[in-house]
Amino acid sequence: MAEDTDPNAPWITFAGIAPAAITAALFVWFLGHAPTIAAGGSIRWAWDWIPSLQVTLSFWLDGLSLMFALLITGIGALVMLYAARYLAGHKQFARFALYLFLFMLSMLGLVLADNLIALFVFWELTTFTSYLLIGFSHADPKSRRNALQALLLTAAGGLALLAGFILLGLTQGTFEISVLNAGGSLAGSAWYLPILILVLLGAFTKSAQVPFHFWLPNAMAAPTPVSAYLHSATMVKAGIYLLARMHPSLSGSEVWLWTLTLFGGVTTVFASIMALRQIDLKQTLAYTTLMALGTLTMLLGGSSGYAITGAMAFLFVHSLYKAALFLTIGLVDHATGTRDADVLGGLARVMPITALAAALAALSMAGIPPFLGFIAKEVAYSGATGSPLWPLVILLALAANALMVAVAAIVAWRPFFGPQGRLPRVPHEGPWAMLLGPVILAVLGLAFGLLPGLAALIIEPAVNAVMGTPDTGGRLKLWAGFNLPLLLSVVTLALGAVLYLRHQTLRERIARLEARGPDFDAGWDRLLEHFMAVAKGQTRIIQTGRLRDYMFVTFGVLLAAIVSGLLARNVGGLELALAGLSVREWGVAGLIVAGTVATLLTSSRVTAIVALGVVGIGVALIFIIYSAPDVAITQLLVELLIVVLFAVAALKLPMLDREGVQRHRPLDAVLAVGVGAATTVVLMLVTQAPFDRRLTEFFEASSYPDAHGRNIVNVILVDFRTLDTFGEIAVVVVAALGAYALLKGGRSLVRRSGDAAEEENK
Amino acid sequence: MESLTAIIVGVLVAASVYLMLAPSFLRFLFGLILLSNAANLVIFASGRMTEGAPALVPEGASAPTGVVGNALPQALVLTAIVIGFGLLAFTLALAFEAYRRLRTLETEEMREAEPVEGGEETRA
Repeated sequence: MAEDTDPNAPWITFAGIAPAAITAALFVWFLGHAPTIAAGGSIRWAWDWIPSLQVTLSFWLDGLSLMFALLITGIGALVMLYAARYLAGHKQFARFALYLFLFMLSMLGLVLADNLIALFVFWELTTFTSYLLIGFSHADPKSRRNALQALLLTAAGGLALLAGFILLGLTQGTFEISVLNAGGSLAGSAWYLPILILVLLGAFTKSAQVPFHFWLPNAMAAPTPVSAYLHSATMVKAGIYLLARMHPSLSGSEVWLWTLTLFGGVTTVFASIMALRQIDLKQTLAYTTLMALGTLTMLLGGSSGYAITGAMAFLFVHSLYKAALFLTIGLVDHATGTRDADVLGGLARVMPITALAAALAALSMAGIPPFLGFIAKEVAYSGATGSPLWPLVILLALAANALMVAVAAIVAWRPFFGPQGRLPRVPHEGPWAMLLGPVILAVLGLAFGLLPGLAALIIEPAVNAVMGTPDTGGRLKLWAGFNLPLLLSVVTLALGAVLYLRHQTLRERIARLEARGPDFDAGWDRLLEHFMAVAKGQTRIIQTGRLRDYMFVTFGVLLAAIVSGLLARNVGGLELALAGLSVREWGVAGLIVAGTVATLLTSSRVTAIVALGVVGIGVALIFIIYSAPDVAITQLLVELLIVVLFAVAALKLPMLDREGVQRHRPLDAVLAVGVGAATTVVLMLVTQAPFDRRLTEFFEASSYPDAHGRNIVNVILVDFRTLDTFGEIAVVVVAALGAYALLKGGRSLVRRSGDAAEEENK
Repeated sequence: MESLTAIIVGVLVAASVYLMLAPSFLRFLFGLILLSNAANLVIFASGRMTEGAPALVPEGASAPTGVVGNALPQALVLTAIVIGFGLLAFTLALAFEAYRRLRTLETEEMREAEPVEGGEETRA
């Protein structure tokens, strides 16, 4: 992963230090607000964004968003520092640092946004920046493919989410989440089910619930700091955040309970089993993240105080230990050049600090007292026993937690204390900038466990925010007495130990099972192939590449639009006012129609050009008779030019019909007559409607006093609409230049391609 | 006269649509000429037609005396005629050059930039 890096390169650069420093400053700033939030307060900032659509840029800092903000900035600062050292000397490190920083800001925006639309915008920004991060090793096709997979899948979910948000905002009359949540559960609303389904689609794709899970392990193509940050601590938790944020509005129904419990439960068990099966330690961790996301979803399905407290505590502790473990895997990879679980062993002697951090984090993950992981697990068990679906939830949680104990041992025990295999490199302890993050995060897991009151300062306000009422959550205690959760913990540990001892045989069995089960990843590729095939097929149908087809569709649509418009307006009868017209008018009309018909029927170029000239002169006559001498002069001049141009050009162009006879096209004739008749009807309707002369009167009254011109048409052209006339001149000049370039430049081009053709013939 | 003009316009439009659907690009151009004439007449007639009274301000007056022809559509049509001519000249140049290179003006055969019929990807 770090093949382009140079461990001896200077890493204390602007791009290396500035993002971490700014993020750390943000962390301190958020920490400064913690007392206010812990006391039950909240802070809101709001600016108008698109007021007409009720979109505001509003931010809301309450218990839930504060916990997330602290995790994002705290872990973010440590990961950025780590990344500066991990990718030291990488040619594109500055780009990487920028992506990571932008991601951090998007994620902060997501958890702070109070407006549904603003939240969605930040949601998509995290999708986009994570796409850039997963595909950072862009020279690797696998990395690009996995990045695209994550992008397409989460963006598709994002679209569903947007639809759900719009539906939610329109039916409830507000897009502000705090207002929505204050209104209580929407379970009674007629729109509840569509809203819920759409929002859950967004949350489940982002948080990688089965069957949308497969992008997450693939996203491990990203550099390790990204995996530690995005795919354990932050982005994948965006879906969980959304479920927690919308809990007051959307929970409280059977659908919510069952959907979340089932999807979460299936994800949990599936992911724990898959975690055992992996050999690459990073993949193992990826699947345990999936398991955590499943458990969180399952817990958020409930509405009891213990369930929510369990979810929040587990979310908090998981972020700490998972980021720490990913970072230690990165250290091991950096030092030894491998992440193979079967090869690594005995590293504790050369990498004692890394080993310590890994051990502490793993103990928290396994839920051993007195770590915070133990407390979180106990509360989660309490929440599970209180669930309406308790037998199912407890069984699923027990299985997942036992597997988690085994995985903790695989990740943190074997590589450091187990028998050593043959390593590609002589290992060494990591540099301090890379050790700082995992050590701090791992120690925090122990410190918060010993002082649960400290963790409660962050976790309890979050619980209160989800519950909507203070002091309804469960208490965080290291010793809660002999009770069912404690018994479950003991069983979990025992089961986990057995699983660990037998994990190598288990791995082979799971691998055999997996080979027989459905392959989601390959299914995804097939789905994409189908999309491409459909797109290609429909393009072939729509884009025929024939001018006639395009023109036919264009005129057909025009006709349909006019006719349906006329029908919809239910227009009255038309008055054909043809009486009282003199021979002169009939004569002109006859001239135009005769010229038109001649143009239609002839197969001779010369006849057609002459006939077109006749039509043009007929139109000019109309202008002359009806008080438009200027227009008539222009028309005559242009008509003359057209005839000359055509006479010169057209005789060098081919005959109109190669066979000498024009083919009859009845279908085209029907369409042509239709469009012509529709135009006549519309024009008659227009001229029969009352006429508004106000604009004309303005020009008549102001032409002389304002512009000192007696020819009103001219005054309009050169005074009132000067800019239009200027544009018109520009159009003619551009057309002339274009025509000149075509006729002039084309000649040399033809000669060159002609030469080339000749050379080919030789 | 507006009714008669509407009928003339209908004939012009019908003819131009028929010509623009023709397989010969030259006929397409003829259709374009007729269509621009029809469009000019539509604009002109929509402003109502007044016989024998050009929109002029007589000497000594500051506004036209009596009803005169509607000046606004005339100004618009003037612009439209010129632009229509520019378009036509350019299209004619295009046709000229296209014929020189492709040796055909049958639109069915002018497929330089189009996919091969019924086939995939690239041209032979």
